Amino acid sequence: MSTTTTSTAVLDATGQYYKEFNEQIRELVRQGVTEFRLDNVNGQRYIATGLEGDFIFEINGLPGQDLAAFTRGARIRVNGNVQDGVGNTMDDGKIVVDGMGGDVVGYAMRGGAIYIRTDVGYRVGIHMKSYLDRRPTIVIGGKAGDFLGEYMAGGIILLLGMFSDKSDAPITGRGLGTGMHGGVIYVRGNVPEHQLGPGLRSRPVTPEDMQVIEGIVRDYATELNLDAEEIFSESFTKIRPFSHRPYGNMYVPT
Amino acid sequence: MKAPERYYDFQKDISGCGVFGVIDTKRGLIPGQVPIDGMACMHDRGNGLGGGFAAYGIYPEHADKYALHLMCDHQQALTSARELILKYFEVEHDEPIPTRQTPVISNPPLVWRYFATPRADCPADCQGLPEEDFVVALVMKINTTVPGAFVFSSGKNMGAFKGVGYPEDIADFFRVDEYFAYLWTAHNRFPTNTPGWWGGAHPFTLLDWSIVHNGEISSYGINRRWLCENDYLCTMMTDTEVVAYELDLLVRKHGLSRRMASKVFAPPFWDEIERMPDKERNLYTALRMTYGSGMLNGPFAILVGNKDGLWGLNDRIKLRPLLVAEQGDKVFMSSEESAVRTVCPQLDRVWMPKAGEPVIVDLEA
Repeated sequence: MSTTTTSTAVLDATGQYYKEFNEQIRELVRQGVTEFRLDNVNGQRYIATGLEGDFIFEINGLPGQDLAAFTRGARIRVNGNVQDGVGNTMDDGKIVVDGMGGDVVGYAMRGGAIYIRTDVGYRVGIHMKSYLDRRPTIVIGGKAGDFLGEYMAGGIILLLGMFSDKSDAPITGRGLGTGMHGGVIYVRGNVPEHQLGPGLRSRPVTPEDMQVIEGIVRDYATELNLDAEEIFSESFTKIRPFSHRPYGNMYVPT
Repeated sequence: MKAPERYYDFQKDISGCGVFGVIDTKRGLIPGQVPIDGMACMHDRGNGLGGGFAAYGIYPEHADKYALHLMCDHQQALTSARELILKYFEVEHDEPIPTRQTPVISNPPLVWRYFATPRADCPADCQGLPEEDFVVALVMKINTTVPGAFVFSSGKNMGAFKGVGYPEDIADFFRVDEYFAYLWTAHNRFPTNTPGWWGGAHPFTLLDWSIVHNGEISSYGINRRWLCENDYLCTMMTDTEVVAYELDLLVRKHGLSRRMASKVFAPPFWDEIERMPDKERNLYTALRMTYGSGMLNGPFAILVGNKDGLWGLNDRIKLRPLLVAEQGDKVFMSSEESAVRTVCPQLDRVWMPKAGEPVIVDLEA
């Protein structure tokens, strides 16, 4: 009888071109390795992209564009910042970033969760959607740029605005949820009406919303070692479209 | 190397591109290897059809002379350009720009540099022009009338080095690693709509202005016509050129601050102007009405260098990435954070500027 030992593969990314680096990871995956620690990562693109299965990654450094794009199931922790396109079209899994996020975090994300500790860039959660039991979730501890949740069709974005480098900036930029027709954006505190995209309204959260928020916040706080109670010390606002199909009559009026 | 026939049929340059800039506000000298390594980290943002660098503070021994960098297709072009330069300029010193033979840079132009000042006894067409206008006029004259010759840099105590290739290869060719500067900008090009050619690589420069750009100036047509009315001729077949000339027009000639010029390039939206207090509302309304033809539409992240410092700006809805990082007296601006971490792993602060908000870092006097 063979015994399996769980062992973490440790890879050093120093000076490695992204193709060779990702080939090493793929080769280890083929050999059955499921846990990885990637050290000295700096700008290597496409890490954990397209992986399917229950993998665990600890990334030390700064992964490049499209970290975990199209991934299904991997759990990734980044000790540091990330660049643009994290979780692009990801299907399932969890990405925890103990730092700052770039532009288009969670682009067209269809499932799983992305937690960012501090600020994020522009167009985060653009084209996010849910499908059957998949309900993608993005939590942003800091502030967001313009067009958060643009064209959002499903899932949850939770914006806290607490752990930000930008003390003077509003919690979100202009065009929040522009073109949104599904899903929900929760914001800690309030959003000025003029920051909202057209066809949206902001309302205080309901007890049912609070249940959802509480579940997400507790997990977020645990993952990032934060005080959940402090996060709950302020009320939340919910942003949704006015109607079921806000753009239904845009091109072909019925 | 000259713009091909009917170059005006080429409209614009849609690009992936990477930009990188670094400044030491106390004028400490930064080796060329720093921007080279930063650009090499972003190798995949370009496709080998353009790379370049601008360096400030590299000619201290000729600091009060205009450094004219010239690229020529052939010896005849070099000779003709030389005749013209000697007619209009007092040349203190001239020499070939030092280069290295490299396996990857094929068929480079002849490159030469002059350290010069305008002649008082120049031909009549430039008599009496203020010195800087004189230099601009001569750059335009050479670029449009001397076949095969291009002035690609014309500022004092600064120089551009650029061509067709990846930036690290262009750096190798121009021996950029041997220069030390207190301000660098660098570019990695991914041209899609216009040809990759030596003069069309970034930075674009005029006097001590240099600009590197990631994006596409969709308003190129109207910008070019507006510049033409103001005696700037676009000859480089690519959109970024208009930014260099607009900078010269707005800041040097019209006396706008760099912050105000940023608001010409990337104005606030009308709905934002509506919400402003009276004074700002009037200002931004006037600015949009006066300089509507100078507005840059389309995606851009640009870095501008000049004698005063480094200036970064995004289009007003941030369609291209730009990141700022600080470490001691140094400030970095880059398309990707990894490029900065490559040359400076420990940073005091890293942040992404707001769309349309300039980041201006001045050199200390």
